[in-house]
Amino acid sequence: MTISAPTVERSTRASLAGSVVGLAVLAAIIAAPWWAERASQRLLIEFLYTLALAQMWNLLAGYGGLLSVGQQGFVGLGGYCLVVLGLQMGLNPFLIVPLAGVVTAIVAVPTGALLFRLRGAYFAVSTWVVAEVLRLLVANTASVGGGSGTSITQTVRGIPAWWRESTTLWIALALGAGATLAVYFLLRSRHGLALTAVRDSEAAAESLGVSVDRVKWYVYLASAAGCGMAGALIFITKLRIAPEAAFSLDWTATMFFIVIIGGIGTIEGPIVGALIYFVLRELLSDYGSGYMIVLGGVAVVFMLWIPRGVWGLISSRLDLHFFPVQRRVRNLDDKEMRS
Amino acid sequence: MTEWIDTLVQGVLLGGLYSLFATGLALSFGVMRMINIAHGDFAILAAFAAIAIVEPLGLNPFVVLLVIVPLMGLFGYLLQRGVLNRTLGKDILPPLLVTFGFSIIIQNLLLVTFSADTRSLNVGELGTASIALGGDLAVGVLPLIIMGVAVAVLAGLQWLFSATPLGRAFRAASDDAEAAQLMGIDNRHIYGLAMGIAMAIVAIAGVFLAIRANITPADGPARLLYAFEAVIIGGLGSLWGTLAGGMILGVAQSVGLKADPGWGILAGHLAFLAVLAVRPNGLFARTRDR
Repeated sequence: MTISAPTVERSTRASLAGSVVGLAVLAAIIAAPWWAERASQRLLIEFLYTLALAQMWNLLAGYGGLLSVGQQGFVGLGGYCLVVLGLQMGLNPFLIVPLAGVVTAIVAVPTGALLFRLRGAYFAVSTWVVAEVLRLLVANTASVGGGSGTSITQTVRGIPAWWRESTTLWIALALGAGATLAVYFLLRSRHGLALTAVRDSEAAAESLGVSVDRVKWYVYLASAAGCGMAGALIFITKLRIAPEAAFSLDWTATMFFIVIIGGIGTIEGPIVGALIYFVLRELLSDYGSGYMIVLGGVAVVFMLWIPRGVWGLISSRLDLHFFPVQRRVRNLDDKEMRS
Repeated sequence: MTEWIDTLVQGVLLGGLYSLFATGLALSFGVMRMINIAHGDFAILAAFAAIAIVEPLGLNPFVVLLVIVPLMGLFGYLLQRGVLNRTLGKDILPPLLVTFGFSIIIQNLLLVTFSADTRSLNVGELGTASIALGGDLAVGVLPLIIMGVAVAVLAGLQWLFSATPLGRAFRAASDDAEAAQLMGIDNRHIYGLAMGIAMAIVAIAGVFLAIRANITPADGPARLLYAFEAVIIGGLGSLWGTLAGGMILGVAQSVGLKADPGWGILAGHLAFLAVLAVRPNGLFARTRDR
């Protein structure tokens, strides 16, 4: 008779199967410029950057416990990097995407220093004020187009259309898949343990030696950078930018919706939520305001009755984890362990 | 010089309106420890409801307050008992997101019903009447009335909180919800009443806003932010602090607006951030819960 020692299991059968499927999907998307139509490529781009935004908000709120209503500030700022770095300084727009991440992270340092003076819901509303300040500052700056905005077509001039669209798709993939994997590997690391500990109980985490402030800072800056990069990419696809659109609360509302519907605090949740969001949008987008009312209503219903979201329901029923971040102990029922 | 004094006076009086918006928010902060993201949208909803009643019937906007205020109060009570009480707990996410959902729903319902056009409530000559103060200075009668109402509301709440059994129950539920429940206080009912009062005050604020200025269905979020800023500037837990906070915000906006038409609202936000940097607990804070 063999006695196996208890082991800590960190992967699941689903995660192994999932990584095979995931790699296949990644390969298919990378090859999309050769097989997909333009319209479906566009939809794919939109899906991927929306997924990136949702993962960033999930990281902040679902894991970091930092509720932000102001991520649109960083999306808009990233978009406006195209105006300053692209239109005015002549940099390649695709190079601006990572630079936008750096710029937004730098801007997030002073705003974070102010916002971390408040907690919980007060922090949340204050992030919104900061986003409004950024919007108004941009709208009052005539050199970046002021309140009416500006065209940024000039930045992509000279890039052949095929290359422009394909590169946009690949960068969108890098952001969408990158955000997902970054959150995944972050959570599997010891920083992930610290993060979850802080979310569940700040006081307990602190007493165990977790630097709560440092963890919150990391998450806040990472999320700002992610939203900034996504913002730059979004406005490469739109080619026109104005403060109202760039700093629109709709960006954060979309992140909310996707994460809540999909399942907050899970990595699969934003993927599932983004799929549902895009299906709903395709079905209902003709209804304008009615569509928004349905989205708001669905979010309220989920928050009240299904707070763990669609993925929360699925994973608890089927014990299915494509992105296992928890450590599970097996073989605990050995006699040796009992004694 | 007179121009700047005039700007200052206008700003201070604007603070009366802001204080009305802030009081309702402060009440739900204080008693339920929740932030109603749809706070501003409920004010705009009340204002549009008033417009829908006043315009076809040709009523005086002040008379319509007698209908709108109790209606919104009742609505607030039912909303708290029916929905919002379910969201309260250790986690701050549910109340925030549910009211955020309400905000989106209300804005779009108003958009469908009333279109995106700007609307307002007309009070005739009263809207432009003013009292001369000597020199070139004059103050509008309407802003003075609003300031008077704001002070009266605050005084009423002060009395309610300090001298009535209901106020004692509010304070008890706020200090320690569980202990209050053990003492026989029905928190669900108390929270309902607090939200009812908050919504009644919000209705007053919304109707006065529509009398003073043009409104659109999308105006709610900005009103929430001003109210929030007034509460934080004044200091949490301080009733009269919301009036001071509203005045500081009003003055900052008026001065900013005078310096450059694009800077009014921005100056208000910057004043808020400055207070946050210097005195994160607000100017007259009485509680430290945040």
